[in-house]
Amino acid sequence: MTDREASGGSAELLRAEGISVWLSGREVLHDVGFSLGRGEFAALIGSNGAGKTTLLKVILGLQPVSAGTIQLAGQLRGRRHPVIGYVPQKIQLDPDMPVRARDLVGLGLDGQRLGLPLPSAGRRARIDEMLHAVGAAQFGDARVGNLSGGEQQRVLIAHALISRPQLLLLDEPLANLDIASEQDVVALLSRVAREQQIAVLISAHDMNPLLPVMDRIIYLAAGRAASGTTEQVVRTDVLSALYGQHVDVIRVHDRILVVAGRGEAEPVPPDPAIHPHGPAVTGPGTAPEVAGPHRPETAAGPGQATAAEEATTTVRGR
Amino acid sequence: MPDLLRLIVEPGFFSSEPVQVALIAGGIVAVVSGIVGSFAVLRGQSYAGHALADISVTGGSASYLVGVSPLWGFVGVGVLAAGVMDMIGVQRPRGRDLATGIVRGTGLGLAALFLYWDTTHTSTTGATITILFGSMFTISSSILPVIGLFSVVALGIVAVVYRPLLLSSVAADLAAVRGIRVRLVGAMCLVAIAVAVSLSAMTIGAILSTALLVGPAATGLRLTSRPGLAMTWAAVIGLAATWLGVLLAYDSFYWPPEQHGWPVSFFVVTLIFLFYLLASPVGRRTARRVPAGRPGLAGG
Amino acid sequence: MFSGFMVSTWTVASIVAVVAGVVGFFVVLRGAAFVADAVPQGAFAGAAGASLLGINTLIGVGVAALLGALGIGWLSRRGRRDVATALALVVMLGLGALFLSFSVQYAPEIYSLLFGEVLGVSATEVAPVAILAALCTGAILLFYRPLLISSLMPELAEARGVRAQRMELLFLIVVALATSLTLPVVGALLIFSLMIGPPAAARSVTDRPVPAMLASVLIALAVVWVSIAAAYETNWPVGFFVGALGAACYAAGRGWAAIRRSRSGAADHRGRGGRGASGAQEHGLQAANVRV
Repeated sequence: MTDREASGGSAELLRAEGISVWLSGREVLHDVGFSLGRGEFAALIGSNGAGKTTLLKVILGLQPVSAGTIQLAGQLRGRRHPVIGYVPQKIQLDPDMPVRARDLVGLGLDGQRLGLPLPSAGRRARIDEMLHAVGAAQFGDARVGNLSGGEQQRVLIAHALISRPQLLLLDEPLANLDIASEQDVVALLSRVAREQQIAVLISAHDMNPLLPVMDRIIYLAAGRAASGTTEQVVRTDVLSALYGQHVDVIRVHDRILVVAGRGEAEPVPPDPAIHPHGPAVTGPGTAPEVAGPHRPETAAGPGQATAAEEATTTVRGR
Repeated sequence: MPDLLRLIVEPGFFSSEPVQVALIAGGIVAVVSGIVGSFAVLRGQSYAGHALADISVTGGSASYLVGVSPLWGFVGVGVLAAGVMDMIGVQRPRGRDLATGIVRGTGLGLAALFLYWDTTHTSTTGATITILFGSMFTISSSILPVIGLFSVVALGIVAVVYRPLLLSSVAADLAAVRGIRVRLVGAMCLVAIAVAVSLSAMTIGAILSTALLVGPAATGLRLTSRPGLAMTWAAVIGLAATWLGVLLAYDSFYWPPEQHGWPVSFFVVTLIFLFYLLASPVGRRTARRVPAGRPGLAGG
Repeated sequence: MFSGFMVSTWTVASIVAVVAGVVGFFVVLRGAAFVADAVPQGAFAGAAGASLLGINTLIGVGVAALLGALGIGWLSRRGRRDVATALALVVMLGLGALFLSFSVQYAPEIYSLLFGEVLGVSATEVAPVAILAALCTGAILLFYRPLLISSLMPELAEARGVRAQRMELLFLIVVALATSLTLPVVGALLIFSLMIGPPAAARSVTDRPVPAMLASVLIALAVVWVSIAAAYETNWPVGFFVGALGAACYAAGRGWAAIRRSRSGAADHRGRGGRGASGAQEHGLQAANVRV
């Protein structure tokens, strides 16, 4: 298809380099970088406040950065760019908004076009097909504001996918789902990534539901990131360096637990609000132990902005 | 049969010129208000619509002082106020209502001043009432083409940004991601509302302006889940309420107190309100047509 | 300006300012600017009706304000609040138009009811106004905590047994009361400027509720006093000054908040510049960012 031609045949779709973001006086992200290729399924893992949503917004162009670049399909991110599908965590909707599921999905096709929409059978067919593909066909005519969390999410996924994006970003899609729906969504997304050769980046605070399907992980902690395959990244030495303090990575059956140094377990169930002790796994600046010499300092600032040019010539392995 | 008709429609209704003008002007205004109002209600901007109506009244009263045609006073000031509201408004709905209130307060303060100068310089105390409540039967037919023109402008704006506006009203994040200029689209919507509302304030009064903007649109939203259909309903209901109101007002001329007639605004507002209340049971049925989330379970 | 017949005006105006400051604090907190705007307008219809039936105007105002406020509450349960407010408002105004059409001899009084009339307050009105004001402020102070909680965090309030609906009802009734006692001085169309501008400014100055309420009262007092003095001198309507000063307060509040924000933003820049450390790397991993 035209996607392949557009990026000159290279499989890399998204590349972030040296991303640093300041928000409300704190550095939320510091020198974050990773890359994502076509058809790859990546998980952006981090606890609440770690900067996942911020990073997603940077990729979408909704959040300005103080340093770093985003490249999409080989070009620096600008006003015109290949379509990115985005599924936010939840959208606030009044039950009396007269917008049905199929209307919202239809807007995914042509929501940015000016002028009045002309009804066409082809359009309707595509919407129906998409609704069916995400398992939302039976509530296609219901108001979006009346749907449950899981149903709404399917509609949002359909909305994002119908414009055939090359990159799909999802912000904590598993957060409010029960286990059965969780598995459904993960299976759906993984299938979509493979079949349509879309790069999928999904953020979550628990990596375990995604372990079976993810190709790479971007682990965000203390404002910094480690990216690579699960074997490469989710290791005691790597994560300890990331957190700036000792953490243990424990594998139990087929699950992974990241445990803070003093033997206190990081809560793995989906509600990290039940932190017994906060500092170990939240964002930068909140962990008193980390403020000292353990925190690796790097040269921040404008130097990174020109890294993009170097990046194109430097070979980075996968 | 002719007797029944004469019961409902008093003699001379269709041949009276003021009535004809009222029907046409009121009809156009009702349709425009219904369509534009659907977006106003969708975006929670009922207050802004009401405020703009009163502010354009300020413009109307100021125009008497400056000697400009009231039309420009109404619409010009209305659009200006919309711009100000958009500029100082914040994204949170609460902050926006606050900004609306402040702008309205300022505008009304100015209106007070202008009217004060007006009544002391020209002794027409009745002007106060007329400007606020409007009088549908005293619309001059020469103004009809202008009403038509501005109506086309208001509807045109809505037609052009229809889809981006709908998307950004439902989920601003999704719109922003598509490159839609959410702020700009919102400002254009507000301008369309301002034009529609100024028109109606000028012709049928500030009360009816708000009523026609909000009521039929809110009713339409309850009746259906489809956006386009909701707007159509809004236009139809507004039109029906206006025409019926005109009819009843004309008929009331023959009711007690004799030769006086009840105001049109009262009838139209009451009808709009009744339609809204009647739509409630329907609304609840539409809302419940949602499956329980398990496959195979259809709604009821 | 301070001669005998103006004393009652000053007294009533000060009472009005206090009530507006206190009630307005919650109006701004609950985002109820439209409600605070609509109830007085609806009350105006009641004044017209009252004069038609020969009842004391103030009672008509009070009854209509209450009906309007309760109407808003009732309609809010079936739909959105802003739609409910708009509908209740236009219905009341439609009724007002009806009443007005039956009696044509009230134009001057209508003007003053709408826009305020400095000399319109007589000494006999001070007592009832004071009583109503005491009721109003008393109700707010009595229910201060549940009202505050239900305005800020409705879900938390429900958990503590504070019924949001009851608080909303109480709030609406208080607004109706405040409206009816403030109408004669400032006028129906502009009382809400007093309930919005000063409290909004107060909130930009401080984040704590009690100081904010006090500040709101003080600012409202200042606005009212200046407005009355100016209206007395220039003969222009009080409402104009209230509207303009209310807007000025709001603008001042926004400006102050913007200054505060840019100061903390400057700290951002300072912090960012100061962090330019050398590339010391502790663990041999590339800046703790591992790209593999």
